[in-house]
Amino acid sequence: MQQDWDVLWPKIVDAAGETVYMVLATLLFATLFGTAVGLALYATRKGGVFQNRLVFVTLSFLVNVIRPVPALIAIVILNPLTRELMGTAVGTDAVIFPMTVIATFGVARIVESNLVGVEPGVIEAARAMGTSRIRILLTVLVPEALGPLVLGMTFMLVALIDFSVIAGTVGGGGVGNLAITHGYLRFDDRVMAVTVLILIGLVQAAQLLGNMLSRKVLRR
Amino acid sequence: MSHSSSRSDAVTAGQEMIRLDAVAKEFPGGVRAVDAVDLAVEAGSVYGIVGHSGAGKSTLLRLINLLERPTTGSVTVGGQELTTLGERQLRTARRDIGMIFQQFNLFRSRTVLGNVAFPLRQSGSSRAEARTKALEALRFVGLDEHAKRYPEQLSGGQRQRVGIARALATSPRVLLCDEATSALDPQTTQEVLELLRRVNTELGVTIVVITHEMEVVTAICDRVAVMEDGRVVERGEVHEVFTRPQHPTTQAFVRAALHASPVLGLLPGLLREHGVDAAVADSVLAQLDANGTEFASAERTERNQRNQAVSA
Repeated sequence: MQQDWDVLWPKIVDAAGETVYMVLATLLFATLFGTAVGLALYATRKGGVFQNRLVFVTLSFLVNVIRPVPALIAIVILNPLTRELMGTAVGTDAVIFPMTVIATFGVARIVESNLVGVEPGVIEAARAMGTSRIRILLTVLVPEALGPLVLGMTFMLVALIDFSVIAGTVGGGGVGNLAITHGYLRFDDRVMAVTVLILIGLVQAAQLLGNMLSRKVLRR
Repeated sequence: MSHSSSRSDAVTAGQEMIRLDAVAKEFPGGVRAVDAVDLAVEAGSVYGIVGHSGAGKSTLLRLINLLERPTTGSVTVGGQELTTLGERQLRTARRDIGMIFQQFNLFRSRTVLGNVAFPLRQSGSSRAEARTKALEALRFVGLDEHAKRYPEQLSGGQRQRVGIARALATSPRVLLCDEATSALDPQTTQEVLELLRRVNTELGVTIVVITHEMEVVTAICDRVAVMEDGRVVERGEVHEVFTRPQHPTTQAFVRAALHASPVLGLLPGLLREHGVDAAVADSVLAQLDANGTEFASAERTERNQRNQAVSA
């Protein structure tokens, strides 16, 4: 039996809010950790300002091990750890942990590859001025790579929306959960349709925001 | 002949700003980019290093501010032996050695002012102080009105002038120029060379330029060293090296430079116009020709034909 709209709407609004919350929280943490890992990858690679083969190979291996694991599987694998750290493995808050873990390594590669794209000459100029290595990383490389970085992060944001829906089906909240519990299990096509519309809207908004930001940074 | 393949630069003791002693740089894989080079640059002078690409001049320049650490030998700048310094001390020492580049290497994410203020900010200047000094440097290169623009909004020549302002912001005693005009058109090259001359004469900055363009050397350098295969094959006063090149590489450079000079094409005509005796003129042309200048070939062919007609 299908529920009335006045019962459904509050659930839909709540679910959309949860999705936005999960995605933004994950984006925040993944950006922090991912940027750190990405900088470390870039700095320790051959010819990097803190060249260190051991650290680079270890990090790179870690990233390559974690990234190919499908999101759904990753959340399930990380379940015990999530329960340990967050107190529970179910719910919107709990799922932010495994999502952050996965996204961190994605962000790391985005950061690394965009830093590699920065003209080596710019780094040389900074070195010639007597700039310290850590300053070169933070005040030269990151600002120089910011334009493409913003676009890369926009890609990540869109991927996270997709990711959050998957998380919603295995314990997380949000529109993914709603789509399964109401759309799929109750055969309510209207909920499915609304869910899809919400997702399209979110992705559009994310891309628009990313494009605007990168245009501002790149001044084009 | 004092200049030819001489092993040292005659610099009065106490007057040298840069000194390289038996400096060598070997890269992994056994490539010796620079091989046992001695170099002394007098304070307040402009020193040119020429060579074909791959001769090692770019590496040599980077050995002066230790962007490349020498495998052996010592580097002394302003009386301080850089090769004995640790990373932190070296960073401080580098603020006394400005550097500009062929591709300018400006920060695209920063405004013109931001670029020039950067070395000041990171060497501890307050925001206000950095701004004042950066504007001063920009005024010197004539770009203070463009302070708020971004590098991509400037022409190549303007970008290099920003590069010069950035290199001069911390008031260094030495300026290293890495093919600073090679990406510029002839007109702009002249403007940048003129500016470098002012940097030398008005600010008293000692300048080292590396270039493959002999005209850069003749325009601003006092002394020149010619490099090949990581070694200095010839050195001396510019006019000396230029008029009596000894080494084949130097001769090739001089030849190329003469070719590039449009005035030389006029020489046979000028000699005639000024009533120079035909035998003397021929001798001058023959000597230039012996040095590889082929400017007068058409003219000579014509004259030879005339001579043949007369003697026939």
